[in-house]
Amino acid sequence: MAAELPRPSSAGRTRARHLTGLAARYLLLTVLAIIVIFPLYITIVNSLLTPGQIAARPPKFFPLHPQWDTYSRAWDVGHMSRYLVNSAIVTAFITVGQVVTATLAAYAFAFLEFPFKRTLFVVFLATLMVPFEVTIITNLTTVTSLGWYDSYQGLAVPFLATGFGAFLLRQAFLQVPRDLQDAAELDGYGHWRFMLRVAVPLARPAMAALSVFAFLGAWNQYLWPLLVTKDDRYRTVQIGLKQLRATSIDQVNVTFAGVMIAALPLVILLLFFQKQLVRGLTAGAVKG
Amino acid sequence: MSTIDGGATLGETRSSAVVGVEEPKRPPRSRRRMREIGLAYLLLLPSLVIFGVFIFYPFLRNFYLGFYRTPPFPGLPMRYVGFDQYRDVLTSTDFLDSVKTTVLFMIMTVPAGIALGLGLAVLAHQRLKGIGVYRTIFSSTVATSVAVASVIFGTLFNPVVGLLPWLGVNPRPPILDNPQWALPAVALVTIWQTLGLTFILMSSGLQAIPDEIHEAARVDGAGAGTRFWKITIPLLSPTIFFAVVIGGIFAFQTFGQIDLLTQGGPLKKTNVLTYFVYRTLRTENNDGKAAVLAVALFTITMTLTLVQMRFLERRVHYGR
Amino acid sequence: MGRVVLDHVTKKFDEVVAVDDLSLEIEDREFLVLLGPSGCGKSTALRVIAGLEDPTSGTVTIGDRVVNDVEPKDRDIAMVFQSYALYPHMSVRKNIEFPLRTRHVEPADRQIAVNEAAVALGLVGLLNRKPAQLSGGQRQRVALARAIVRRPAVFLMDEPLSNLDAQLRIQTRAELIELQRNLQTTVVYVTHDQVEAMTMGHRIAIMNDGVLQQVGPPQSVYERPANLFVARFIGNPPMNTMEGRVVDREGVRAVEFEGGCLPLDPAHAAAAEASGAKSLVVGVRPEHLAFSDDGALHAVITVVESLGHERHLICRLTDGQMIIVRQGSDVPRPAEGTAVRLAADPMHLHVFDAVTERRIDPR
Repeated sequence: MAAELPRPSSAGRTRARHLTGLAARYLLLTVLAIIVIFPLYITIVNSLLTPGQIAARPPKFFPLHPQWDTYSRAWDVGHMSRYLVNSAIVTAFITVGQVVTATLAAYAFAFLEFPFKRTLFVVFLATLMVPFEVTIITNLTTVTSLGWYDSYQGLAVPFLATGFGAFLLRQAFLQVPRDLQDAAELDGYGHWRFMLRVAVPLARPAMAALSVFAFLGAWNQYLWPLLVTKDDRYRTVQIGLKQLRATSIDQVNVTFAGVMIAALPLVILLLFFQKQLVRGLTAGAVKG
Repeated sequence: MSTIDGGATLGETRSSAVVGVEEPKRPPRSRRRMREIGLAYLLLLPSLVIFGVFIFYPFLRNFYLGFYRTPPFPGLPMRYVGFDQYRDVLTSTDFLDSVKTTVLFMIMTVPAGIALGLGLAVLAHQRLKGIGVYRTIFSSTVATSVAVASVIFGTLFNPVVGLLPWLGVNPRPPILDNPQWALPAVALVTIWQTLGLTFILMSSGLQAIPDEIHEAARVDGAGAGTRFWKITIPLLSPTIFFAVVIGGIFAFQTFGQIDLLTQGGPLKKTNVLTYFVYRTLRTENNDGKAAVLAVALFTITMTLTLVQMRFLERRVHYGR
Repeated sequence: MGRVVLDHVTKKFDEVVAVDDLSLEIEDREFLVLLGPSGCGKSTALRVIAGLEDPTSGTVTIGDRVVNDVEPKDRDIAMVFQSYALYPHMSVRKNIEFPLRTRHVEPADRQIAVNEAAVALGLVGLLNRKPAQLSGGQRQRVALARAIVRRPAVFLMDEPLSNLDAQLRIQTRAELIELQRNLQTTVVYVTHDQVEAMTMGHRIAIMNDGVLQQVGPPQSVYERPANLFVARFIGNPPMNTMEGRVVDREGVRAVEFEGGCLPLDPAHAAAAEASGAKSLVVGVRPEHLAFSDDGALHAVITVVESLGHERHLICRLTDGQMIIVRQGSDVPRPAEGTAVRLAADPMHLHVFDAVTERRIDPR
């Protein structure tokens, strides 16, 4: 359990014992890493096998003759391309919307004085306490009566504001030095200019964190898209997976290829925005 | 009004000095003030509209809907029944079983998930060559959605092509149709899918503990075990507490895994509360009953969170 | 026995050499200060003594045993960290008690030891508080109490005063000296503050770029710096240094540089010549410069800094080089812009080889 040490110091051991300890640690880490990554690994492997090979016993753990056409079948026949585009549109809509509305609201809470400020802030925080699952009954009615069933608006509009995001950005705006506000006022900046030229650029890390957080949430949505779409033309990728699995019941490999296609955008996001992702995911924890 | 009026602003003092006569009392810069207030409400408006229409209104309407029985055929009027429907639904076996299932699911996922995430985070919090690769792998499941995880594991559990049966875990009926195994199986999928998130959370908690504290403990004679239990765990307690609370909330919102893997079955053994709401709404088209269930879902989540804050948070050290 | 010996200790982090072949003997009950600019390797050296870092090569001896393979907890040392590293979730009492608990000391004995340490450091009324409820000075005392409670043979202190405000620092400095005297324990004290080094250390060891520059009692290091780095690092305001070559001026050997010329005494001149140095650096501390009608240096006073008890005159030589003169405040304050002639006390000139930067002593 020497694990929480920040340094692999080996004082008190001979060199040999030190090396044994080191090897043991790597072995343990590697075994655990294999267990954690195995489901994803086997998904990639299976997506490149034929259904017969997948069912073969003992199973194959490496695709000797990768069947790349499973991907094109998932893409075309399985409509994954359509689902992916839908998800991209809805996710972009939601992410941009949340960042914009949260920025506006956070600016008001951080820089402006107005009656009922505290009350309204409590209202924003109260939204965090209502799980979305609790609101679906009436939201379904509302969206249907607006004629938004099977539409991008129906998928996105209920999520265009975020209490969490407003809170996060307000914290970031409050870090903007008072001197900068005074300097901007002396320079004749109005509120809009101060927001766009000073506050927003300074809050960029928090905005990036919120963007990634919003993206992740929107991309992974399942319950709401399932409720408000029936038409393939508006199904998002998560629901599309369910559809794909149902339609390609005898072609598990195509399902696996679809899973990879659905997962890929987030893998890319994770690789390029790891820092923002971590900040976004842990931002909630700092509230204490 | 004299020029040496302590309360007046600079501009006001000067103007009254120039004019030299009393001016009617007026809040300073009032037009600017009004404009600021107007701007503030304008900025809040988009969020408030969305919140009002899609959060507060549907939330409050649940309570109202619960008083009306939904007719068996569309087109007939809703019937006011007062608290009858609340009583019927909340005392029904289906509801009580569903709550039990959800709590059971929470107990299966939250402690184990946190323990695994913490264990991996502690292991990966060493300065070793190539540790970044391990960290990436341990956090990799954040790239999966509930749907992705469910479809992957659904196939792994499959009695014909699945690997788990091949490994000898092959109860009859098959895992996902087995009243005894279905819920643990869904819990396993959930633990795996949230592992990356838990790992990231715990890792950043560990990184917030200064190295010097661990070094001081080493010099003070604490072995690895003592350091873990007496230093790491207490200092990580806010993070662990947060994970417990969020984990509880997540458990009560569990839906996708159930829809993709078991549809609430077998024998309603995986009929968690959110899925129950969905089925009532979708299959039974019973808005009234679904609304009662939604109210219950909200109340239970809220109570659970408050209880955790009341009883767990006392043991949390916030470093103040 | 609190003797500490570092024998040819080198510590590398990957390819960066933090400590380079350091050999140093610290006597039992000695107060030794490791002094140097940040990043010079002094903290790493301390951490090697503590066992928090393994030396890449060389041996560390504490008391009579080589401790390279001994865990920090078994080295009979205690450490005070710059950030104090108090356990934030434990009360002051628990913090002080912690090293005893880990060693399974009986509760009754723990109680006595904690109370003694608390009395010694004036913490009696604070034992039930958490670190966050304490002032910086109080935290620092808790860190000290936690260190002394075990009566270790050696104290290691890593910039323990740097987080205190100026006034508290002076007070705590004196208290630390007293504490060390009372406890009769070896102290290895790391700092970048030369005042702390000069006032507290029995000896100071100056490091730069991982290399030990000089070890000795504070006064002798001040009076006879072994090289240019030490000469410039110790002393405030710093020593004036001028680079030039030896010339013959009317039968007197002198060092001539662009802004002027300073005569050397014959012994110094002979040593400089014998050393074969092509170019020399002469140094003179501000207090060894004085106005003199036949002074060799022509300068103009540009700024007068008055500190109350003394003055610093910032002057410029004819080539524009800055030179600082220290003056008591009992003489009249000279006007800025005055042209003056300065003479250096030849007995207090420091001469260095400009290439090797080593000190050249008169024969």
